[in-house]
Amino acid sequence: MTRTSSKPPARKRAPSFATLAVAPHTVWMVLFIIAPLLFVAYYAFTDANGTPTLSNILALGDHTETFFLSVSMAVIATFLCLVIGYPLAYFIAKLSPRAQKIVILLVMLPMWMNLLIRTYSMMAILDDGGFLNNFLMRLGFDPVHIVGTAPAVVFGMVYNFLPYMVLPIHSVISKMDNRYIEAAGDLGCNGWQTLFRVVLPLSTSGIISGITMVFVPSISTFYISQKLGGGTFDLIGDTIERQFQNPATYNVGAAISLVMMILILISMAIMNRFSDDEGTVIV
Amino acid sequence: MNQEILIQLKHISKSFDGETILNGIDLDIHDKEFITFLGPSGCGKTTTLRIIGGFETPDEGDVIFDGKRINDIPAYQRHINTVFQKYALFPHLNVFENIAFGLRLKHTPEQEIVRQVKDMLALVNLKGFERRKIATLSGGQQQRVAIARALINRPKVLLLDEPLGALDLKLRKDMQVELKNMQKQTGITFIYVTHDQEEALSMSDTVVVMADGCIQQIGTPTDIYNEPINAFVADFIGESNILDGTMPEDFRASFAGHVFECLDSGFAKGDAVDIVIRPEDVDVVAPEVGMLRGQVSGVTFKGDYYEIIVDVCGFKWMIETSDYVAPDATIGLHIEPDAIHVMKKSKYSNMFGDYSSFSEEFDELSDAEAEEVEE
Amino acid sequence: MKILSKSYIALILAVLYVPILVLMLFSFNSTNNTGVFTGFSTYWYEELFRSAETFAALKNTLILAVSSALISTVIGTLAALGLDRMRSKLLKGTINSVTNVPMMNPDIVTGISMMLLFVFVGTLLGSTEKLNFWTLLIAHITFNIPYVMLNVSPKFRQMDKFLPEAALDLGCTPAQSFFKVELPCIMPGVVTGFIMAFTMSLDDFVISYFCSGSDFQTLPILIYSMTKKEVKPDIYALSTLMIIAILTLLILTNLSGDKGESLKDKLSDSASRMRERMQTRRAARASGKDGESQ
Repeated sequence: MTRTSSKPPARKRAPSFATLAVAPHTVWMVLFIIAPLLFVAYYAFTDANGTPTLSNILALGDHTETFFLSVSMAVIATFLCLVIGYPLAYFIAKLSPRAQKIVILLVMLPMWMNLLIRTYSMMAILDDGGFLNNFLMRLGFDPVHIVGTAPAVVFGMVYNFLPYMVLPIHSVISKMDNRYIEAAGDLGCNGWQTLFRVVLPLSTSGIISGITMVFVPSISTFYISQKLGGGTFDLIGDTIERQFQNPATYNVGAAISLVMMILILISMAIMNRFSDDEGTVIV
Repeated sequence: MNQEILIQLKHISKSFDGETILNGIDLDIHDKEFITFLGPSGCGKTTTLRIIGGFETPDEGDVIFDGKRINDIPAYQRHINTVFQKYALFPHLNVFENIAFGLRLKHTPEQEIVRQVKDMLALVNLKGFERRKIATLSGGQQQRVAIARALINRPKVLLLDEPLGALDLKLRKDMQVELKNMQKQTGITFIYVTHDQEEALSMSDTVVVMADGCIQQIGTPTDIYNEPINAFVADFIGESNILDGTMPEDFRASFAGHVFECLDSGFAKGDAVDIVIRPEDVDVVAPEVGMLRGQVSGVTFKGDYYEIIVDVCGFKWMIETSDYVAPDATIGLHIEPDAIHVMKKSKYSNMFGDYSSFSEEFDELSDAEAEEVEE
Repeated sequence: MKILSKSYIALILAVLYVPILVLMLFSFNSTNNTGVFTGFSTYWYEELFRSAETFAALKNTLILAVSSALISTVIGTLAALGLDRMRSKLLKGTINSVTNVPMMNPDIVTGISMMLLFVFVGTLLGSTEKLNFWTLLIAHITFNIPYVMLNVSPKFRQMDKFLPEAALDLGCTPAQSFFKVELPCIMPGVVTGFIMAFTMSLDDFVISYFCSGSDFQTLPILIYSMTKKEVKPDIYALSTLMIIAILTLLILTNLSGDKGESLKDKLSDSASRMRERMQTRRAARASGKDGESQ
């Protein structure tokens, strides 16, 4: 390759052409991505009459408990997804290529079904008069009260978002060069040592994306807590949703959303930094 | 070369992102000529080709085609076609449609298209490949399709950008012969870019040796080989022993501690010069009758000859000889006057040393370094 | 170990699928009992089809999905093309990261942010129905564009950079080169992008929930309002139909899509892209590197 031919020639065409092609998208982004976010900030710092105020932000103190509950539930759900999902991804990667294809397909399919449907079907099964309790009673057991408890909400999150954890991890593990594993064995690692000293560190990037892909929807959900929490659990998502039922509380809702968004951005930035550093150290 | 001039490059300069790629290129290209731009990576040969093709505009200078300035004519209006480095065949079209592409744009009647594509496929030895998908073709076959796709438009000039680079050695040799034949058969001017000196020497009517964005030498393959203009050309084309020398008087060259008879004249008395002696032009003789005496430090069997490295007072010569010489033997060297080529000193003079660290590997390494220096 | 790992996989898959299968089963229940299967009937499907509301929602959903997918495909493809030709790395990076904001942000934030804009502008214009079909369409186009670009951009990257030049060389004008050479080459990505946008639009609840008015209901919103009331198997029937529709679409995507990629790659790509929040950033960085090395 000579130096000149290595320059992508297409880029040499009139720059106005590129600008023209990108223009509709850019305008759209400014109008409907950037402007709305500015509106969130605007509403968060004004009252219902548009007067600047900090009262919405200060009112967040009333929701400390909700924030705490949401964060802890999302963290627990994410942790469970990792603990359940990592071995699953690892085991799937050990299957024959044909079997892997089928199983991954099966793991993925539920992601394409509407979250409402999945959550609702889960509720229908776990409900006091639902399938599971009918089944238990027929076997002579006492019915179990599940819907309306914290574990039910966490379970709903895990059920809905587990595939988001499994897929990125599996994708990293299955692409991993098998020679690393052979080398580890050659150097005297047993199965577990290979897993913890080689495979796990090498799949950090998959774990990180899995964690974010589970954590973000978990912390912002409102449907899962509404259905499986039986209305007794108020998470951030529920609170935001409620504020937007009534124009008078838009401003408080915007403030809560803004804070949640910033929280998520910060945690993602930390994760990203973490994964990048890990990446460079390992590779 | 008595054909008329088809393309003229007049003082072409071009830089990318502040980096000069071409620096004042002047070149005449004749009609029906097979001309090759030869040089190492980054020498500017591909850029020159792309300027002729209309894919780059020169910062300075003019491109004259058939007497008209074509700087501002877009590629699609030039009577020039290109065979791209990696063929750039259209993956969504089959062989027939790829070749017919140019004719379809000109709204050629279908019958005519079918006939011409058939002729082209015959010319490039791909009869019966009409319906094949591009992805199912081998590299050599894709190469032929790319040539056919360009030639069917009957361009006045065909540009070929390292077209054989992706093929293996055997196929490359065959294609060299075929390309030369096609060029003769069609009478189209071929402008060929390569970094492979053998390819350039065996196919071209004219070779243009380039380095550092400048033309170093223009000439026939024999001229370029026998009369390199400076140390760069001498080193780049074939193997050369390049020595520092002086010209004590006309027809006398002094180097390696000895004064030789030579055929060169016209230098000022005592001028410092570069002396080139090709490895095959040195005769191995008995030490007592040799003009120079040296010790053999390496012998490599090359099939029809031996390549030996001889240490003469610290300077290592490469010599090709058909007789076996034992390592560590002391031998004499005899050099005929017509084997000595005297060149003026240039900026490349001391960049190419002797063969003291010579090995295939080292050769590549030093090439890479040279490239870096150029960039 | 082998058996253990296989039973683990089977167990998790069972947990994933049992609820869905139970739901499908009970959609054929003869009574409205959701705990005990009392007998097979298609009563709930008939009930569903008798409801004008369902049909209106279905029609709305399809209109919305088709129009938002079409518009976002055009805008997204153009943007992918322009970004591919763009020389400024900074501008490119900025556009790419802003594009990915709707994928990184929780849906609820995207939803309420656009709702605030629509309500504000609607109030300025003095309209009575501030949220309507048009606001919903805008919202869907906005979250669909990144998915189209995610499918089309790699096609431009993979395309031999010399193809457009070869087209010009053979006599195409730049416009002809785009329609005769570049568009056919990126077509698989465009089609996949369109179908994915269509599917995302069908599937979306959260953003639609905040950006739609009372006069334009989509199927997910209908399901939401149905599940707010008492539990009746007609929701099961509707859900079953939607699951079947999505499955059909997935198969279609695969048939239409690039033959080079296997079903698994295809689905895993699309699936991971769906929520690929962080990875998009990494991918963008990687593509930046591609640009440098080319």
